[in-house]
Amino acid sequence: MNAVSEVRLTWREVGTLDDFPRQGARTVATAIGTVAIFRTLDDQFFALEDSCPHKAGRLSQGIVHGHFVTCPLHNWVIGLSDGVAAEPDEGCTRTVPVRLDGHRVLLAAPM
Amino acid sequence: MNMLSPRRRRLVIVGNGMAGIRTLEEILARAPHMFAITVFGAEPHGNYNRIMLSPVLAGETSFADIVTHDAAWYADRDIELIAGEAVVRIDRQSRDVIGEHGTRRAYDVLLLATGSDPIMLPVPGASLPGVITFRSIADVDTMLAACRPGAHAVVIGGGLLGLEAANGLKQRGIDVTVLHILPTLMERQLDAVSAGMLRADLEARGLTVLTEASTKAILGEDRVTGLQLADGRELKADLVVMAVGIRPSVALARAAGLAVGRGVRVDDAMRTSDPAILAVGECVEHRGQCFGLVAPIWDMAKVCADKITEVADSFYEPAVSGTRLKVTGIDMFSAGDFLGAEGSEEIVFRDAARGVHKRIVLRDDKLVGVVLYGDAGHAGWYFDLLKSGADVSAMRDRLLFGPAVAGVPAAGVAALADEAEICGCNGIPKGRILGAIAEFGLTTVDAVRARTKASSSCGSCTGQVEALLKHALGNAFDAKPKVNPMCKCTTHGHDAVRAAIRARKLQTIPQTMRDLGWSTPDGCASCRPALNYYLLCEWPDSYRDDMQSRFTNERMHANIQKDGTYSVVPRMWGGLTSAKELRAIADVVEKYQIPTVKVTGGQRIDMLGVRREQLPAVWRDLNAAGMVSGHAYGKALRTVKTCVGSEWCRFGTQDSTSMGVAIERMCWGAWTPHKVKLAVSGCPRNCAESTIKDFGVIAVDSGWELHVAGNGGIKVRVTDLLAKVSTDAEVLEYCAAFLQLYREEAHYLERTSHYVERLGIAHVKARIVSDAANRAALHGRFLFSQRFSQRDPWEAQARTPDRFADLATVR
Repeated sequence: MNAVSEVRLTWREVGTLDDFPRQGARTVATAIGTVAIFRTLDDQFFALEDSCPHKAGRLSQGIVHGHFVTCPLHNWVIGLSDGVAAEPDEGCTRTVPVRLDGHRVLLAAPM
Repeated sequence: MNMLSPRRRRLVIVGNGMAGIRTLEEILARAPHMFAITVFGAEPHGNYNRIMLSPVLAGETSFADIVTHDAAWYADRDIELIAGEAVVRIDRQSRDVIGEHGTRRAYDVLLLATGSDPIMLPVPGASLPGVITFRSIADVDTMLAACRPGAHAVVIGGGLLGLEAANGLKQRGIDVTVLHILPTLMERQLDAVSAGMLRADLEARGLTVLTEASTKAILGEDRVTGLQLADGRELKADLVVMAVGIRPSVALARAAGLAVGRGVRVDDAMRTSDPAILAVGECVEHRGQCFGLVAPIWDMAKVCADKITEVADSFYEPAVSGTRLKVTGIDMFSAGDFLGAEGSEEIVFRDAARGVHKRIVLRDDKLVGVVLYGDAGHAGWYFDLLKSGADVSAMRDRLLFGPAVAGVPAAGVAALADEAEICGCNGIPKGRILGAIAEFGLTTVDAVRARTKASSSCGSCTGQVEALLKHALGNAFDAKPKVNPMCKCTTHGHDAVRAAIRARKLQTIPQTMRDLGWSTPDGCASCRPALNYYLLCEWPDSYRDDMQSRFTNERMHANIQKDGTYSVVPRMWGGLTSAKELRAIADVVEKYQIPTVKVTGGQRIDMLGVRREQLPAVWRDLNAAGMVSGHAYGKALRTVKTCVGSEWCRFGTQDSTSMGVAIERMCWGAWTPHKVKLAVSGCPRNCAESTIKDFGVIAVDSGWELHVAGNGGIKVRVTDLLAKVSTDAEVLEYCAAFLQLYREEAHYLERTSHYVERLGIAHVKARIVSDAANRAALHGRFLFSQRFSQRDPWEAQARTPDRFADLATVR
């Protein structure tokens, strides 16, 4: 699935490692709206549409812990790798491919 | 689910009390998505367990602990809760209900759960302030407000509710007299002998009981001062509680033209005379009978839900109920025909020295009634015998001594059949509890409560639930109350974590987590902000605040709104502002096209709808006019609300505005476990509402009254009086000392009201009022901490504006 879709992906540089606080997020404006790019404690990068599946809270403003973010509006916990809400809540936020190339952060922004 | 399905049917529930919400839960359990649901409640909060008001009054539990359904519960289920608006009319033609503020909701099915009203005796003076009933949390608050040293309360009514109210008031340390019109107390539950023992027990606790006492008039001019009996005697009273019974609340149903007798008439399926309208709970009359106990109402809720969701045609059958008095230390139980009508026999046991009396009534070799006083340990067993109608002739001679002696194999809960009811309030049998323990691996009473509801209402079966856990788990069950862990990342409670930070000199969040064996690499959104606060409080001069462990509001120094924009509130010292500040605010509003400007409850100006990337520029402009962050977003000192005081007001006794400014100058910037709101009133008229603030000051002629732990939120809590002082310096010292004590002892996200209720006002007074050295030390620690916290965060943030904007745009 990933391999197939990555063929068509266009990677765009959105910033460098130092632009992102650990356990934090920055936002990028894209054609599908705001995308939140997260940097976790172990320096992994994840990107989600900046909108909680519950009431569209801005996930970029949440507290990042492990590979999860807690939405600032009603404390839903969203998995960073798959965008899925942790039980007992149900819902899913769109994920966006992101990767680190040296110090450069690349986003495969949907067109 | 199916796009073509017709619109959901609309269910409106009138009454946000125990009966209505229990029925709602039963409906959701049967058909979670069948209805679009609206609940109207006259009280301004979620649902709470009314049965537990007596322990709240007695100070044995808190209101927070008896709230069963908070606003989030409704929101999570997409149920519209209209709290604080009574329904005034039903239009059966158009199928609409109309609230007192004009809210109108259409229904397909309407459920009336309007409950009952307490009866007010029609005696002169009954409408004086200070004369109340005992029905809602507001009544409890009124009673608690009256509990000042030396106060006298008179409770009219020596039934279940009256005695619980009297006991609660007595526990709060005031003089209480109970008036009962009949010769014996609780005549609906007790025989003369046990009623006499109860009276003796209550008198031993310091209550005064007057029987055959009829109230002639309630005395007083502006508020109640006393009470006159029919025999001419007069009693002093600052508070009169009427607990003489309840009456189904039928006005709404009657006005709508429904069939109404004493209550709203329902058939066996709980339908009223209009088949689209059902009724449940204390408002109904079923086969000529009305209801006041919880167990039959739970049965009605099930029938109602079956009917509304059309999953089954069940019928309500009245069943016998048992009663206990919720007075700690008095063990009693009563059920059925305990007096023994003609044709019945009774077996009585009495041990006056031990204070035990048992009376069992038999008819046709079956148990038909029971009264137990002083030892109600086997109540469940007798109640089962009563309900099952089993023939007890074989054990008649040993019946009084409990199941073990009566020859039932094992004693205690092990002896009970699986069908035996453990929790009478919720109708949960032993088998279901054991099943849940096995299936879900439950190990605590709380877990059993959450899973089965057993022991979650009045709590009197908690002992039996514990015994079942012990029976099922053997030694693995530890009945000692466990400390609640801070969150799922740790087994440590808040106090243990704070103690460890202090003792082991832990300096950072990662170090604390490592040292205390956190189970997650970097915690969660519950523990990280708490740890950040605890470290900041412990090491004010050296700890480096971790912004990634703060909620967005505290990271952005503004309040996030539901659309992702923020609101900005500049500080206005003591509520004072000037033309220059107002002009600067007006300029900012125009320049950044801020959509809404509003004055807050704390007397500040709120600019709503500021976009994240605008924040630094807005702050820069406000800073330029001399304004700093109002911390309206933080677990921090919010505002000091003031009245105009002696400077302008003809009643003012002190300069409350200047005092408010001085306090705010001292306290601003302080981080606290939860938000903190202060007020200063210039006279006892209390225009700044000091008595619902975390720390409230009220000027009196001789100086200042200092009040603490008030709250004007979901549950209004009136402050406790901390002390009276005479100088301005003392006000500041006590204020700082109280805030520091709260900062050091409260759990993160615990308001002062809950903190003081947890540890008791006596604890606070001992540390602040009676221990001058400790007060000075607390004051000193507060001021030391303030040296590092009084820096305007806006000014610092505005220097790095890029942080607030999108990092890039890719299209």
